[in-house]
Amino acid sequence: MSDDTLLSRRELLTGAAGAIGGALIARVPALDAQGAPKPAAAPGTAPAVPPVVPPVALPVVPVDPTKVPGLPTSAQGARSPFVTLARTPTGDVTGTSYSPLQDLTGTITPSDLHFERHHAGIPLIDPARHTLLIHGLVERPSAFTLDDLKRFPFVTRTHVVECAGNGRAVFRDPKGEKVTPQRAAGMSSNSDWTGVPLRLLFDEVGATSEAAWFLAEGGDASVLTRSVPMSKAFDDALVVYAQNGEPLRPAQGYPIRLLLPGWEGNASVKWLRRLELGTKPWMTRWETSKYTDPLASGMARQFSFEVDARSIITSPAHPGTVDKGWRNISGLAWSGRGKIRRVEVSINGGKSWIDALLHPPVLSKAYTRFSIPFAWDGTPALLLSRATDETGYVQPTRERIITVRGAGTDYHLNHIVGWRVAADGRVFFHGDT
Amino acid sequence: MQQTTRRIRGVVACVVACGAVVAVALIAACGGGRDAEMGAPPPSGRYGIGRAATAAEIAVMDIDVGPDGVELPAGQGTVSQGAKLFGAQCASCHGVQGEGMPPAYPKLVGREPREGFPFGRDPKLEKTIGNYWPYATTLFDYVRRAMPLFTPGSLSNDEVYALTAYLLAQNEVIKADATLDAESLKAVRMPARDRFVPDDRKGGAAVR
Repeated sequence: MSDDTLLSRRELLTGAAGAIGGALIARVPALDAQGAPKPAAAPGTAPAVPPVVPPVALPVVPVDPTKVPGLPTSAQGARSPFVTLARTPTGDVTGTSYSPLQDLTGTITPSDLHFERHHAGIPLIDPARHTLLIHGLVERPSAFTLDDLKRFPFVTRTHVVECAGNGRAVFRDPKGEKVTPQRAAGMSSNSDWTGVPLRLLFDEVGATSEAAWFLAEGGDASVLTRSVPMSKAFDDALVVYAQNGEPLRPAQGYPIRLLLPGWEGNASVKWLRRLELGTKPWMTRWETSKYTDPLASGMARQFSFEVDARSIITSPAHPGTVDKGWRNISGLAWSGRGKIRRVEVSINGGKSWIDALLHPPVLSKAYTRFSIPFAWDGTPALLLSRATDETGYVQPTRERIITVRGAGTDYHLNHIVGWRVAADGRVFFHGDT
Repeated sequence: MQQTTRRIRGVVACVVACGAVVAVALIAACGGGRDAEMGAPPPSGRYGIGRAATAAEIAVMDIDVGPDGVELPAGQGTVSQGAKLFGAQCASCHGVQGEGMPPAYPKLVGREPREGFPFGRDPKLEKTIGNYWPYATTLFDYVRRAMPLFTPGSLSNDEVYALTAYLLAQNEVIKADATLDAESLKAVRMPARDRFVPDDRKGGAAVR
């Protein structure tokens, strides 16, 4: 068997490759430039494209895994070499990386795939030298270590975090067809977060009645600051130290971050090191120059904290294809104002809508998975989804947002998007709603 | 530190009303709004966790400057001093004329469009300090804490005043021969000062 011999995943799974003879191992499928497995050639035919073997040591794959022992246990699990899940790093310290929504099921985002937005890179913080300082309009200015914070009563909550800029690119350019769910809405992710209700900390330090806002400051190289109304602290704000059962990942704020459920992600300050209580907002760069919404009226909306309800079909989606017959249309919906009440799906570009199944549990300010069975008959289709939250807010079209805010508006964009299914089954992004 | 009457809320008020003897039993019943898994709070409402922060450690970290500028430090800088600093420390990313390399390194300088604040209508307009930022204090605060990108926190207060002065002068907000200090920076009124309104979205049927 030459090094170029490849077995398709189907052959491996069915054991059909046993016909090859005595060779019991083969390389895993070659990967394309995006890291996705290349489709293997049909049995008995030469591959159309020479296989590309990544320059890394690949595990050997038994032709029949029931005939050889598998791997021993390990300190940390790894994904199957047949599974490629990746964010979209930009390689710079002020960059982003998006969650691969199209590759995920359920509602929890694996911690290593949570989207990233950093303003001066990911700091490396020794928890033994990190404290949370709380001062300003408090009776007892105080410092808390990570161990201190873990002594307080804790809660675990499932919440979405969404960047204020999520969806901006496809709002600006609605005509692009080669857009994935990751690119369209992957600056959102959903996790189990564990930590201390912020109100316990503010009670502990004796927040005074004059305090109306607090400043949250991160310990990264941008020393990022945001002003937050005190009312959020006494509602549902948390200082969290764990995500999906483990300590926060560095990219998500290790050792601690602020978590403001349902609010624009930038305000959930990562690497939290300081909370200062005051009477009015500080007007930091991130609440003036950035993350404000210019309006057609000649004004700009500020402190647009709550995330409007939104949904996106994550399957089928570009660059996938649809085969004739039954399949699922599946996606994610969420609202910063509470629970998703309804998701409707259209297969005809919005001429008619059908209620999708909301998969329990439907949680407040968190991803809700929706799905609906779909039998594709080979005619071109335009798939859209539209979320309604428990306040009665209905996800608008792009045109509607432009009508009420103006074509130049920026940030906090949640318009209906979807997927055009061509007659040949190929799927393309549709953002011009 | 401002000393005021402590905020009395929810469970703490309830415990006081219910009486200490039966507090533990009653907390669960009358502690509405408190999450069940958090259990009963101590009768004092405090856990006694953490330590007192010292004035010195607060002072080291408490560098924020709000819109009225009361926190501005001593020091001063001129436009011409700022021009030299900008060329040496900022222009490599933000351009010699502050034109930037968007999106990572935003444009800093430019007053157009001067009328009407039409950003909501025209997606092609580029936001700058001069045409969009509502407060000059934000510029001082941000440069001092976060710039330059690869050596943040390295500028002296005099240098931050100088850079702030240069960028405000380039944006035609202050004169080219100006010197900035705490008092003069407090007095700067930005062109876009009155262009910001609070969020009016409230959920419900209205799309805003």
